Amino acid sequence: MELIVQGISHRYGDIVALDGIDLEVREGETLALIGPSGCGKSTLLGIMGGILAPSAGSVLVRGAVPAGSLNPQTYIFQDFALLPWRTVEGNIALALEHHGLPAAECQARIADVLARTGLAEFRQAFPKQLSGGMRQRVGIARALAVKPAILLMDEPLSALDAQTRELLMEDFLALWLRERITAVYVTHNLQEALRLADRVCVLSRRPGRVREIVSIDMPQAERVTPAAQAHLAGLHDRLWRLIKAEAQVAEREVVDV
Amino acid sequence: MSEARPVTFRGGGFVVVPKKGAALVAFVGLIALWEVSVRFGWISPIFLPSPTSVVEAFWELAVSGTLWLHIGQSLKRLLGGWTLGTVGGLALGFAIGVWSLSRAVGLPLVSALFPIPKIALLPLLILWLGIGETSKVATIALGVFFPTVIATFSAIDGVPRNLIRMGQSFNLPAADVLRKIVLPGALPGILAGFRITASIGLILLVSAEMIGAEHGIGAFILQAGNLMQTDQLLAGVVMLSVLGLLIGTGLNRLERRLLRWR
Repeated sequence: MELIVQGISHRYGDIVALDGIDLEVREGETLALIGPSGCGKSTLLGIMGGILAPSAGSVLVRGAVPAGSLNPQTYIFQDFALLPWRTVEGNIALALEHHGLPAAECQARIADVLARTGLAEFRQAFPKQLSGGMRQRVGIARALAVKPAILLMDEPLSALDAQTRELLMEDFLALWLRERITAVYVTHNLQEALRLADRVCVLSRRPGRVREIVSIDMPQAERVTPAAQAHLAGLHDRLWRLIKAEAQVAEREVVDV
Repeated sequence: MSEARPVTFRGGGFVVVPKKGAALVAFVGLIALWEVSVRFGWISPIFLPSPTSVVEAFWELAVSGTLWLHIGQSLKRLLGGWTLGTVGGLALGFAIGVWSLSRAVGLPLVSALFPIPKIALLPLLILWLGIGETSKVATIALGVFFPTVIATFSAIDGVPRNLIRMGQSFNLPAADVLRKIVLPGALPGILAGFRITASIGLILLVSAEMIGAEHGIGAFILQAGNLMQTDQLLAGVVMLSVLGLLIGTGLNRLERRLLRWR
C-alpha cells in the first residue's frame, strides 16, 4: 500500500509545527523522516496513521489492503506502549481480540510472531520482567500480528542502549528484506536512517517543511560492507549539513511547555 | 611516594534493616507494663482497667451473645453504606474521568460538597429518612461516595495517554479501550481509595451509632461509658480495632490478587 500526504499543516496554538507537507511513501519502501528535535516528525507520523487530526490537508492511501491485514496502518512506539498488566502473549492478543477471529487463528498468529521475534519462551512474562530490547520486540510482534500494510515507527530504538539498538536494527532489516512492508521510520539518528531507509526525508524545523528527500541507492544488505562506507559517509555528511544549523538552534532553545 | 593509607568506610546507616521480633517484644512489654500498673494500684481500674479484665469482659460479651448482636448490626450498616457509596462513587468517578461534559458539571459539585464533614448531615438525614437504619447507612454512603469519586477520576487521569492512543491505533472500540486499558490502569488508584473509604466508613459508623442507635459497637461504647463500665468500653474499642484490621487484611489480599503484575 502507498501513503500519500497532501498539504498537511498542523499548529499547536500559535506554533506552526508543520507547514504544507507533501510526501509520498511508495509501495514496499522504507522512508526515514529525520530532522532536528521539535521539527514535528512525530506529529507528522501521528497524522499519517490517523491518531492525530491535522489542522489542514489530508492523508490518502492507495492500493489494496493485503489479505489478512487487520490494521493496515500500524504503529511501533518509542516507549513500547505495552500494557503492564498483560503478559507478552496478552499484549499481542490485545491487537487481535476485537476482530472476532477464530481462537485457533488468533493462537496461530501469536505463535507465529512470537517465533519471528524470538519471544517464544517469554510468552507468559510480564513487561516489567523484560529488558528494554525485549519489550520493543513485543511491540514489534504486536504490530506484525495484525499483518500491517504500512508500519509507522516513532523512534522505535531511541529508548534503548547502543548495543540493543544494533541488535534490533539487524532484526528490522531481516524482517524488511523478507517481507518488504512499506514503512515510515521517524528518527533523529542519522546512522539508523542510513542503515535502514531507501529514502530519507529531511524536515526543517518550525515550521516543519520538507527540505530535501535523499535517495540511498544501495541495497540495505550491502551497506555493512567496507566498500559501501565511503559512499555512506558522503551521504551522512550531506544529511548532517542539512540539519546541523537547525539542530544547533534547537539545542540552545529554552523549552516552554 | 608517601605511605599508602586505607580508605575509611563512611557509607553506613540510613538503610532500613528488618528487625524480627522487635515489634512483638515491644507490644508484649507495653501490655505487661499496663497490667502491672493496674495490679500495683498505680492506675485506678475505674479509669483504665487491666488488659486481663478487658479480655474477661470481651469473653463474657461473646458468651452471652451481645457481642455478635452489636457486631452484626454494625457490619450491616457499614457494608450497606460502603457498598452504596462505592458503587455510586465509581459510577460518577468514571463519568468524570471519561467524559468532558460530566467533568465540567461534576467536578465543581464534588469539590463543593467533598469538604463537608458528613456526620454534620446526620440530623438532616434523620429528618428526611427517620431515626432508623436508612439515615445511618446514608451517612456512611455519603462519606464514602466523595472520596471514591475523587480517587476514581484521579486514577483515570493517571492512566498513560500513550496506552490509550495505542489502543486506538489498533482500532480498539471505545468500550474495549475502557475495559481493557482504562479500567485496569486505574485499578491501583481505585483500590488505594478503598483503603481510605473503609476507614472513613468506620469513623462515620461509630459516630452515627453514638448519635442514635440501640445496638452497634458505637452505641455499646457510649452506653458503657455512661455506666462507667470501662472494661466493657475498652472491649468495644478492641472490637473496632479488630474490625479495622480485618478490613485492612482483606484489602491487602484483594490488591495482591488484582495487581499481581506490579
